[in-house]
Amino acid sequence: MNIMKKVFPLLLSLLILSINTIAQTTVDTTVPMADKLREDGKIWVVVVVIAVVFAGIAINMLRLESKVGKIEKELKIK
Amino acid sequence: MRKMWWKILCIALLFYVIFMGLMGPVPHLPILNESIRNTYFHVALWLAMTTLLFASMVYSLMYLRSSNPKHDDIASELAKSGLFYGILGCLSGSVWANFTWGDPWPNDPKLNGAAVGILIYLAYLLLRSSFEDEQRRARIASVYNVFAFAVFVPLIYILPRLTDSLHPGSGGNSTFGSYDMNNDLRMVFYPAIIGWILLGLWFAELRVRIKRINRLREEEFIQTSKPL
Repeated sequence: MNIMKKVFPLLLSLLILSINTIAQTTVDTTVPMADKLREDGKIWVVVVVIAVVFAGIAINMLRLESKVGKIEKELKIK
Repeated sequence: MRKMWWKILCIALLFYVIFMGLMGPVPHLPILNESIRNTYFHVALWLAMTTLLFASMVYSLMYLRSSNPKHDDIASELAKSGLFYGILGCLSGSVWANFTWGDPWPNDPKLNGAAVGILIYLAYLLLRSSFEDEQRRARIASVYNVFAFAVFVPLIYILPRLTDSLHPGSGGNSTFGSYDMNNDLRMVFYPAIIGWILLGLWFAELRVRIKRINRLREEEFIQTSKPL
């Protein structure tokens, strides 16, 4: 809970800042970008898949963390 | 008590970078097109690596002052995670260069400088592994590490700017800050740098802890085997 209290304000402020920037995009149509993909394509699926993969990596890191912590506790390293 | 909050922050920032980095608004630039988004991954990785190597140098200096083996452990593991980022940066840069500059390894002074820098740090690891005596290893490696960083910064940040380079900020190319970088990019770029730095620190921290466990085990082994 303590962790959430520290991180949550930061996340919220980042989100608010980013919403502000979405509102003021100016689009130059002469440069080819993947704008079409964003309109109706399923690029979001790719983003979510990448996020899921990263979530897996993060969980793995946290598990490794707790495993090392357990061994430290056994050996009584502060 | 081990602090957990920065690890949670690291994960949160990297999630933010993945979502906003891939879907957020970016400037429409010719040649780069959507690949401008690599800024959040490739460029941020290099800056994170420089920070890690700088931290490694600071710990080496602290070791030279204190002779505390703990400082040397931290310095070497920070250098390792910096080197890991450097190799990732080279590989990701090759992919990006292949599609925007038309060559996976154009003979750009910045690329060659980075390659030399990585070799310098590989030599650091080699130097470490070539000593049996722990104290000597720590001392000589620390001195080497300080000089390595002092050579590394000119190699990848100063020398490429003095000649023609494809990277921004060199030989008539405008710097990143002057016109390529706009506020949309900054909004993700700075959190990205912090996120990658924290991830690198996390790798280093885990490795330092494992090293410490191993050292303790070795000491116990010596103590228990003495009576025999």
